Amino acid sequence: MRTAFIETLLELAIEDSRIVLMVGDLGFGVVTDFMKKLPNQFLNAGVAEQNMVGLAAGMALSGKIVFTYSIANFTVLRPLEQIRNDVCYHNANVRIAPIGCGMAYGSLGPSHHATEDIAIMRALPNLLVLAPGDPVETRLAVRALIAHEGPAYLRLGRAGEPIVHDSEPKFEFGKAITVRPGADVTLISTGGMLYDTLQVAKELSGKGIQARVISMHTVKPIDEEVLLAAARETCAIFTIEEHSVIGGLGGAVAEVLMEADQRPKCFKRIGLSGGFSSVVGSQEYLKKTYGLDALGILATVSRCLGIQGSAKGL
Amino acid sequence: MKSEIALEELAHRLRVHSVRMTHSARASHVGSSLSTVELLAVLYRKILRIDPDHPQWAQRDRFVLSKGHGCAAYYAVLAEAGFFPVDWLETFYQDGSKLPGHATHTYVPGVEVSTGSLGHGLSMATGMALAGNRDHANYRVFCMLSDGECDEGSTWEPILFAPQHKLDNLVVVVDYNKIQALGTTKEVMDLDPFADKWRAFGWTVEEIDGHNIPEIEKCLGSVPFETGHPSCVIAHTVKGKGVSFMENSLLWHYRIPQGEEYVAALDELGEKP
Repeated sequence: MRTAFIETLLELAIEDSRIVLMVGDLGFGVVTDFMKKLPNQFLNAGVAEQNMVGLAAGMALSGKIVFTYSIANFTVLRPLEQIRNDVCYHNANVRIAPIGCGMAYGSLGPSHHATEDIAIMRALPNLLVLAPGDPVETRLAVRALIAHEGPAYLRLGRAGEPIVHDSEPKFEFGKAITVRPGADVTLISTGGMLYDTLQVAKELSGKGIQARVISMHTVKPIDEEVLLAAARETCAIFTIEEHSVIGGLGGAVAEVLMEADQRPKCFKRIGLSGGFSSVVGSQEYLKKTYGLDALGILATVSRCLGIQGSAKGL
Repeated sequence: MKSEIALEELAHRLRVHSVRMTHSARASHVGSSLSTVELLAVLYRKILRIDPDHPQWAQRDRFVLSKGHGCAAYYAVLAEAGFFPVDWLETFYQDGSKLPGHATHTYVPGVEVSTGSLGHGLSMATGMALAGNRDHANYRVFCMLSDGECDEGSTWEPILFAPQHKLDNLVVVVDYNKIQALGTTKEVMDLDPFADKWRAFGWTVEEIDGHNIPEIEKCLGSVPFETGHPSCVIAHTVKGKGVSFMENSLLWHYRIPQGEEYVAALDELGEKP
């Protein structure tokens, strides 16, 4: 996702001088090309993220489209009030683009795990909240963000996530992508959990269960239509996110279904339980520990459906 | 300005508006407005290149009131400058009003950005200055800080940033009235040697009497003080200036002018309720 983000942004910025990339003294080796090619559209704001977001708002109010980029919590939680007051309240064309969301920086420890960001960003007025599912969706999201009026949050994972989409799907903010059809159960994923979710669907298929897989790349505004159809047409809905189960994708989906009186027979939020990681390890290791790898997800889904949870292909 | 009244008269009007507005709104922060009126009068009459008929004119000078709580005088100067009708001022704080108790852009022509949480305005102003600098635009950005908000670490981030980027189109005016919410700046968080701190960060600094109109005009008329450096004006002011019993009084950071005190305040300003 990181590569897709920075390459796409550079392509767009070469054509559009309004685009500015602002970093908080992070991105060694990642932003170098952008910095060299477009120095007038690049800014290292230093290790000062509150100022970075305020600067971004000021530049956006002067006609720029500003992407702020840093490791997740540094550009989300540290300057939260600047995001709310300076960016969202002014409806400024700032795109908060944190890298390393979820537990991408696994071994670096909980200070670097961004596992509450969707919940917090989702609560902010005017803010579009995006979590693309793979590098292809990332490219499409960055392109679409140039024409978008108002602030946005672009949740990025790391470099090297597998590509899920063979070709570019139709991409529109607020319209989820159905990656795999299925009439029995629905698996809704946001962000980089998409690949694992598809693996789970394939396993379920081997057990005679056809799982619909939805990439919810826009968590706010959420695609209510696709959720209500899933609740009507399938008997179970699972939300899958590398994020706390409190207030994230699962919460957003539950809100829609409850208010529409469309509770499926089975509904389960699969994510982190809301604590800090108590073990040290890579993203892969932590996902496995907390049941967020494909096997863990399959086990939870199987338990809920009352079927045998073993896997052939995983 | 709609009519060319004297600067002293304009400052006086802003003072009277501030007292009347905080009275009818039952609002705090009258002292925080009264210390700024001469600065605002000079800025809006003599310094800022603005067009009240076209508040969003692209080449306008920007003014950011970072001390958003001192907005009574700010709304008053905008109204007197012709950005919106003066009778709006009577609606300050009222249900259904366009004028809330901290500077708000939503419905108010001329308010560049909304503030109210301290330590935000200078970063936004600096972003505007940086955009102008990179676009080779001629506009300048003025930002008024309170002394209290210089306690905020986030205020010092742009103070460190602006000289690095040689933003000589950025001018800070500090309303140094030396009283913050729970005591004097000396008692709470001593800023002195204040000018030296700014200089050490790379700003060019002038210290003035923030109530002396010719001095303010001369100083703000000469920015940038040095090419390639942002300018800082430390305006020594008196909280509650112009009403004897409000001057230098912590109480009048909060106290609402009511009853006999309201009448006495207006009387000192030569006005009747």
